[in-house]
Amino acid sequence: MIEFQAVTKRYDDGTVVVDSLDLTIEDGGITVFVGPSGCGKTTSLRMINRMIDATSGTILLDGADIRAQSPAKLRRGIGYVIQHAGLFPHRSVLDNVATVPVLLGTRKSTARKQAAELLERVGLPAELGKRYPSQLSGGQQQRVGVARALAANPPVLLMDEPFSAVDPVVRDGLQEELLRLQSDLGKTIVFVTHDIDEAIKLGDKVAVLRVGGRLAQYATPAELLARPADDFVASFVGRDRGYRALGFLSAQGVPVGPVATVALGASAEQARASLDNGWAVVVDEAKRPLGWVSEGSLSTVDQVRPEDLVSGGSLFEVDSGTLRTALDSALSSPAALGIAIDAQGAVVGGVVADTVVKALADARRCGEVPT
Amino acid sequence: MTWILDHLDVLFTTSLDHLWLALIPVVAGLLISLPLGWMASRWRLAKSILVPTAGMLYTIPSLALFVLMPLILGTRILDPLNVIAALTIYTVALLVRSVADALAAVPPAVTAAATAMGYRPLGRFFAVELPLAVPVLLAGVRVATVSNISLVSVGALIGVGGLGKFFTEGYQRGNPAEIIAAIVAILVLALLMEIILVVAGRALTPWARTGGAR
Repeated sequence: MIEFQAVTKRYDDGTVVVDSLDLTIEDGGITVFVGPSGCGKTTSLRMINRMIDATSGTILLDGADIRAQSPAKLRRGIGYVIQHAGLFPHRSVLDNVATVPVLLGTRKSTARKQAAELLERVGLPAELGKRYPSQLSGGQQQRVGVARALAANPPVLLMDEPFSAVDPVVRDGLQEELLRLQSDLGKTIVFVTHDIDEAIKLGDKVAVLRVGGRLAQYATPAELLARPADDFVASFVGRDRGYRALGFLSAQGVPVGPVATVALGASAEQARASLDNGWAVVVDEAKRPLGWVSEGSLSTVDQVRPEDLVSGGSLFEVDSGTLRTALDSALSSPAALGIAIDAQGAVVGGVVADTVVKALADARRCGEVPT
Repeated sequence: MTWILDHLDVLFTTSLDHLWLALIPVVAGLLISLPLGWMASRWRLAKSILVPTAGMLYTIPSLALFVLMPLILGTRILDPLNVIAALTIYTVALLVRSVADALAAVPPAVTAAATAMGYRPLGRFFAVELPLAVPVLLAGVRVATVSNISLVSVGALIGVGGLGKFFTEGYQRGNPAEIIAAIVAILVLALLMEIILVVAGRALTPWARTGGAR
């Protein structure tokens, strides 16, 4: 547990970047500090491992004042992932990962062996270990940064805008990877970002900070979207928050109706016969959806071929899906019918937008939606 | 030509003397410049004092410095220490700036990461900052080395000058072969040291040749 007690950081010129912050970070979850630039989120993070010392107030780590031990000792027990990875360019990937264990006195050969295992854990092939950081892509460097922070198996991990310098697709992959790792490791992670979407995707709890270093709201992502504390939080959380809040509601109650399917390679005649409301989903042998055919797309061909398909919308996974994915599948489908799939990816039915909205109304009535 | 062939052994041993007179100051100057350059890279005030002062030292004429050394150090006129001390001053003059620039060029994210990993300042300097400073630093060391190899010969005017003594001698005896031989020997020494330093630099920084964007 990390506790901020009336923590203030004031610079010599009088600027207050963190103003009397009180905050308790629970163990085993991801806590995200988010806010516009100048809100003191990075400063707050860096005060935890004393990269920056607070002007006043106390920070407790598992009940003990962080000033009780030397900064270097404290830092060796706290993982740190920095923006742009901050890898040591003159050391091989393995030696980068082995940094803290070696500082703690582990033999170099042992530390390297553990580092190789960690590389695999963060999804990197072991043969990258001998390379230098400059020979890696940005996404790979960031994974090495995470492996390096985990190397000494610290209970606490600080992540300072770790994914802000990579492109959106890579960032998405890194975020998924972090969530997967975290479900295995259960670390206490403090994560700083200026991206509210990232905060909502990753955070178990989110602390929204406003310029001048004041805490505006500290809540779960669902609560933040449903009940922003004030106008600042509401505007920072942004547009579409009603829609995004659907991402926290299970789609268990959404009825899955029938959907017309046709096998790839079927004759146009067969396909026409199976159309429902003018559309049918084309599936492969494992019943996975490939795209749609319609009256119009079948009129000029005599067989259902891959190149004639109308591409489909997003898919809605029945078991793990949320109201958001269910609604989006319906809205993005050319047939206005969302394709529902099972965990193996096979088509099990279709969802209509109306039924999703109705499920939301039902959930509201049962009090499942915070209002 | 016959003079050269007759004096090959003397040319060789004098070249070795010359090399020592040039290289000891490089090593001593580097050792002095490291803490000074580190201070200059760390504190703006230190930089605004140290770098211009070092630059000014380099403008002192070498002959004047050689002549002054016995007065300052209390050494005898013919003591090689005079030349070594003077050239150390020139090396420091060149390298303080190199060290400061080389350390300042280490990416801040890397030093911040090192601190966050739990390096203490001294450990961080030797494990992270100094190795990363090598490419820029080495450029300065090469300039200082070549400059020293050339300056040693001026010491001949106060009696300690390695190959420089063939300049004074050759001039007095009207023997151009002696002068040319010494010039060639100095060029060879400079070239040799350049090659050694470049090879050493490559061996020290395998990571710098891996290319790719960072």
